[in-house]
Amino acid sequence: MVNVRVRTYPGLQQVLISFSHKHIMSLLLIHSPDGESNSASLHKCLCLLFFRVILRSRGRNYDTELQRCRPEAAPVEFGDYHPLKPIMVTDTKTRRGARKGSTSSSSSSSSSAPADPLSSMLDGTDPLSMFASEAPTISHSDLGRKRREKEEEAVGQDFEPWSSKRGEILARFTTTEKLSINLFMGSDKGKAPSPGSAVSEKVRTRLEELDDLEEGSQRELLNLSQQDYANRIEELNQSLKEAWASDQKVKALKIVIQCSKLLSDTSVIQFYPSKFVLITDILDTFGRLVYDRIWTMCSDPRPLPESFTVDDVNDTAKETCLNWFFKIASIRELLPRLYVEAAILKCNRFLNKSGIQETLPRLTAMIRGIGDPLVAAYTRAYLCRVGMEVAPQLKDSLNRNFFDLLGTFRQISGESVQNQLVQQRVEVPEYLTLYSPAINWILQCIAYRAPEPLLTEMMERCKKLGNNALLLNSVMRAFRPEFVAARATDFIGMIKDCDEAGFPKHLLFGSLGRSLACADPPESERLTILNEAWKVVTKVRSPQDYINCAEIWMEFTCRHFTKREVNTILADIIKHMTPDRAFEDAYPQLQSVIRKILTYLHDFSVLFAMERFLPFLDMFQKDSVRVEVCRSIMEVFIKHQVEHTRDPVILNAMLHICKTMHDSVNALTLEDEKRSLALLIIGFIRMVSFGRDFEQQLSFCVEARATFCNLEPVLVQVSQPHPFITIPSLSSIFSRLSLYLLSGQVALANQCLSQADAFLKAAVSILPEVPRSISVEGKLRSSESFLLDFINNFLATLLVVPDHPEHGVLYLVRGLLNMVQDYTWEDNSDAKVRVYVSALPLLAAMSQETYLYSIPKVDSNETLYGGDPKFLSEINKLSETLIGQILDHLKTLGRDESTRRQGALAFSLFGVLLAHGDLRNNKLSQLAINLWNLSHKHGYCETRVSVRTLEYIKHQALQPDMSHLTDTVQRLALQSRT
Amino acid sequence: MSVTLDIRLKRANKVYHEGEVVAGVILLVCKEALQHHGISLNMEGLVNLQLSSKSVGVFEAFYNSVKPIQLISSNVEVAKAGKVPAGKTEIPFEFPLNTKGNKVLYETYHGVFVNIQYTLRCDMKRSLLAKDLSRNCEFIVHCQPQKAKVVPTPVNFTITPDTLQNTRERTSLPKFLIRGHLDATNCVISQPLTGEVVVENSDVPIKSIELQLVRVETCGCAEGYARDATEIQNIQIAEGDVCHSLSIPIYMVFPRLFTCPTLETTNFKVEFEVNIVIVLHDDHLITENFPLKLCRV
Repeated sequence: MVNVRVRTYPGLQQVLISFSHKHIMSLLLIHSPDGESNSASLHKCLCLLFFRVILRSRGRNYDTELQRCRPEAAPVEFGDYHPLKPIMVTDTKTRRGARKGSTSSSSSSSSSAPADPLSSMLDGTDPLSMFASEAPTISHSDLGRKRREKEEEAVGQDFEPWSSKRGEILARFTTTEKLSINLFMGSDKGKAPSPGSAVSEKVRTRLEELDDLEEGSQRELLNLSQQDYANRIEELNQSLKEAWASDQKVKALKIVIQCSKLLSDTSVIQFYPSKFVLITDILDTFGRLVYDRIWTMCSDPRPLPESFTVDDVNDTAKETCLNWFFKIASIRELLPRLYVEAAILKCNRFLNKSGIQETLPRLTAMIRGIGDPLVAAYTRAYLCRVGMEVAPQLKDSLNRNFFDLLGTFRQISGESVQNQLVQQRVEVPEYLTLYSPAINWILQCIAYRAPEPLLTEMMERCKKLGNNALLLNSVMRAFRPEFVAARATDFIGMIKDCDEAGFPKHLLFGSLGRSLACADPPESERLTILNEAWKVVTKVRSPQDYINCAEIWMEFTCRHFTKREVNTILADIIKHMTPDRAFEDAYPQLQSVIRKILTYLHDFSVLFAMERFLPFLDMFQKDSVRVEVCRSIMEVFIKHQVEHTRDPVILNAMLHICKTMHDSVNALTLEDEKRSLALLIIGFIRMVSFGRDFEQQLSFCVEARATFCNLEPVLVQVSQPHPFITIPSLSSIFSRLSLYLLSGQVALANQCLSQADAFLKAAVSILPEVPRSISVEGKLRSSESFLLDFINNFLATLLVVPDHPEHGVLYLVRGLLNMVQDYTWEDNSDAKVRVYVSALPLLAAMSQETYLYSIPKVDSNETLYGGDPKFLSEINKLSETLIGQILDHLKTLGRDESTRRQGALAFSLFGVLLAHGDLRNNKLSQLAINLWNLSHKHGYCETRVSVRTLEYIKHQALQPDMSHLTDTVQRLALQSRT
Repeated sequence: MSVTLDIRLKRANKVYHEGEVVAGVILLVCKEALQHHGISLNMEGLVNLQLSSKSVGVFEAFYNSVKPIQLISSNVEVAKAGKVPAGKTEIPFEFPLNTKGNKVLYETYHGVFVNIQYTLRCDMKRSLLAKDLSRNCEFIVHCQPQKAKVVPTPVNFTITPDTLQNTRERTSLPKFLIRGHLDATNCVISQPLTGEVVVENSDVPIKSIELQLVRVETCGCAEGYARDATEIQNIQIAEGDVCHSLSIPIYMVFPRLFTCPTLETTNFKVEFEVNIVIVLHDDHLITENFPLKLCRV
């Protein structure tokens, strides 16, 4: 019946003997074979302990028992039984990894089990994602999305998708001016044949439908703020989807046409890039809807394969598709026609193999008809975007678009554009920046996996246009950083040659800096580059422009230079940002500067020795930002500070930072927030060590305690030196109990016997205060199981605690048992008696000549009493009392008809007797047999357990000195199930 | 009791040629068995001519010429009086698309004054109390491909103030030079009209360049005729002040139904033209006209 399982822990051999029964499980811990004992491993094993005995405990030789258990254990895998195993194992491993500072060791440990139960939950078995993956045909748009994702993969992960540009553009191109939307649903009137003609009825109705849908619903929305505008567009997006869903395809098309028409309106030109983003979202939606619809028309009987050909498409689908193209070809205005055809470019796949290949160049050429260069540039960007998504292999059109763009560049200085700028009061540099997103995107598409010569050619072409700064900027943004970095010096020269009046230079340097942050220029040029760049950056007048640029260059500086240069730049930033409190508007950038420094500088003594670092921190004057910055510093500190430190520079600075975090805690702070702050501060305190200089350590802890009085977990950390003072101030009773116990163990490990006594005594004395129920994660739960755990843990410690010379034998054990006796347990609970049962193994262990474990340099009772008969008889008396109590209780249970509990309890006592009692003693043997019978009397015993128990006893009987068990086992009858 | 009667053609695009067979099914869906007095199916091809309002009166004398011209007609009885069972009933049918005598099947065309249309009509006769059911379905006829090969002949054009006719005050015209070409004026109807236009220079910014597709329909006979030009569609190919000396593509798809191969018969004519319309910023309108000859290959 005994299941023996062996598990190897680092530094600790643990043998677990479990009596598998519902109610009892006694565990036996044996120390690491090398006999070494330290307080840490002691703590770990103590908590698993239960002990046993009585009148007469049998003599034990723990070593031989361990040896005996081992080989048998081998075939049984611990892992396939213990539910906590994966967590326990990897937990230790990962923690070690983290301490060593390997940043990404999360689950790379050799264990096959996932690192953390939460992440393993997410590992595809998450019910939500499972649901999603199991439902392949929820809706067509979902299908479409999935397909789209797949195709984006065709482009490759290294291609920065449009979706990541969207937000940036929307955030950057804003306006406070009033916008207008002019939707003219009843347009294109002239197109319809004059009424009254002999057009067939059906055709007429269709034409009317085309025109009359929301006839006259010309809606001009004036005076819209930017947000209103975005909302309106989103509304249109919704109504597009609704129209589509309710089968009003014509209305859907109309919405799309009207929306794309808005793109020819360049009033409030500063907003144009954002408008483009908003409206092309609608176009994308439309393109997807059309594609998905035609795709589903072919998915009967089974879905079209991903790599379908024209032959797989049925005639109806082809006809529908063709209809769309005819309809779009007859759109009167150029811009909507272009955009809408581009939006459904992918549908060409249904019609013929070369459709996309033929359409792209045609649309590219058609864009030439757009007079406004900004509108044209964005149309090209959209076409490239669709092209990259649908047919990334067709590079020619991308190039063609770019060359056409270059060809029309002269228009920017033309009369029409200039008049427009004067009218709208927009400066040329600002106007030029409006082109950036479009040109960047086009160049990014071209540069994607492009051969070096092509890039060089593109660069040469830009040069020919007189080092046009706008183009130069886009080249730097879009081309591979390695390409730019290798020519950084050239680029600096080109930037210098640029016209001052045009594109802002700090933007050029910003773009260059961005490339250099990702790729390294030749080593010999680095310092020159930094000097040249900084010369320009430091001259930028507007603090906002300045910090945007400086923030970018910080990365380059941190990467390649020492604290000296970083410090210089910090000083420069402080100088620029302090006047007029300019820093108030630049917190995100300043935060990013800190982040970059922390990415590269992990040596905190160097970091804090940097003269300008703390003054830089002082610029964060908004509380929330300040705490966030401190937090990020702490995070890096905890991650990268490997060794304990006593460096006063670090300590001072970190204490200051921690104090800032701590002081942010107030009554409104959320629990989670508090917890995470506390964790960070604890992380710091743990890294502080003055070695053997306890005075210093103490004074540090005192200071810390004074500073961090608001965060209880931190108090727990710093309370170690003077627990007597701090522990009582904690509110959680179980924290107090376990801290007392831990403190007692630590004191023992350090041979401070009287302190240990005092701690344990204190723990015993507050036991009565434990409430019957406590709140666990917000729910009220019975404290009984926690208390039982604690007492078992406590009992295990008591084995090694030597008796106090001035108090009686087993003073603490008695004290504890008295408290248990007096405690008001729950009604109808066997908890008290279960404590008694658990105390028996302790008493048995205490009566051994050599104890199961001991603490080096601490003499336990084994040595103190040396097996004195008086001591042994005290133990026996105590055991007797306990057994008496237990038997009394068993009787009570019999009377109360609680026979199930009676059986369970009897069985657990039987187990204890069997494991720890000397059954050669007739009385004891008889008691054991009686208990066995009692436990089986009412049939609540699991037969399986009983059988296994018997097997175990038989097995034990084979051991030397245990032959008497043979008799016993013969007298143990299995309950017959009649 | 709901009954639906529908005609489904086999071909998704409904396009047929002379000599082919128009095949499909008559679809009847009813909840319970349906009593009827016979189902018949009729195929008819008609040319409808109409006189424009401005012509009416002048040409009333030869109203004869405007009565519809029947190109093809046939009738079959699909089912004799009886019962259609409940549920879905499909009755297949086939009509050979053959003309009688020397009649020609013109291509389907939806115009203003000339309409060429082919329809299938299914009638279900029912008892006095229930209404008769009827369903129309248009199908499209494409005429036989032309045998002769179409050799595209590019047409170049140059537009300056001097090349213009019909100007009121030539002197007030701004200076401009617009050049270009059409790849062909004898066009294949299934292929787009293509070409290029280049604004070499223009004193006044361009507002828009458009392609206007025009139908020219002529009805009449020896006694007289009415000829009317109306716009089919207007396609903008340039918007705003386009970049000078950069070629802008001319590209226009011929719309289905509204165009057909250029047609000339004794009673009517259908011809097409394209206008290249240049609108200047001061709203001057410059038009260059090109007659087209459409054909099918």
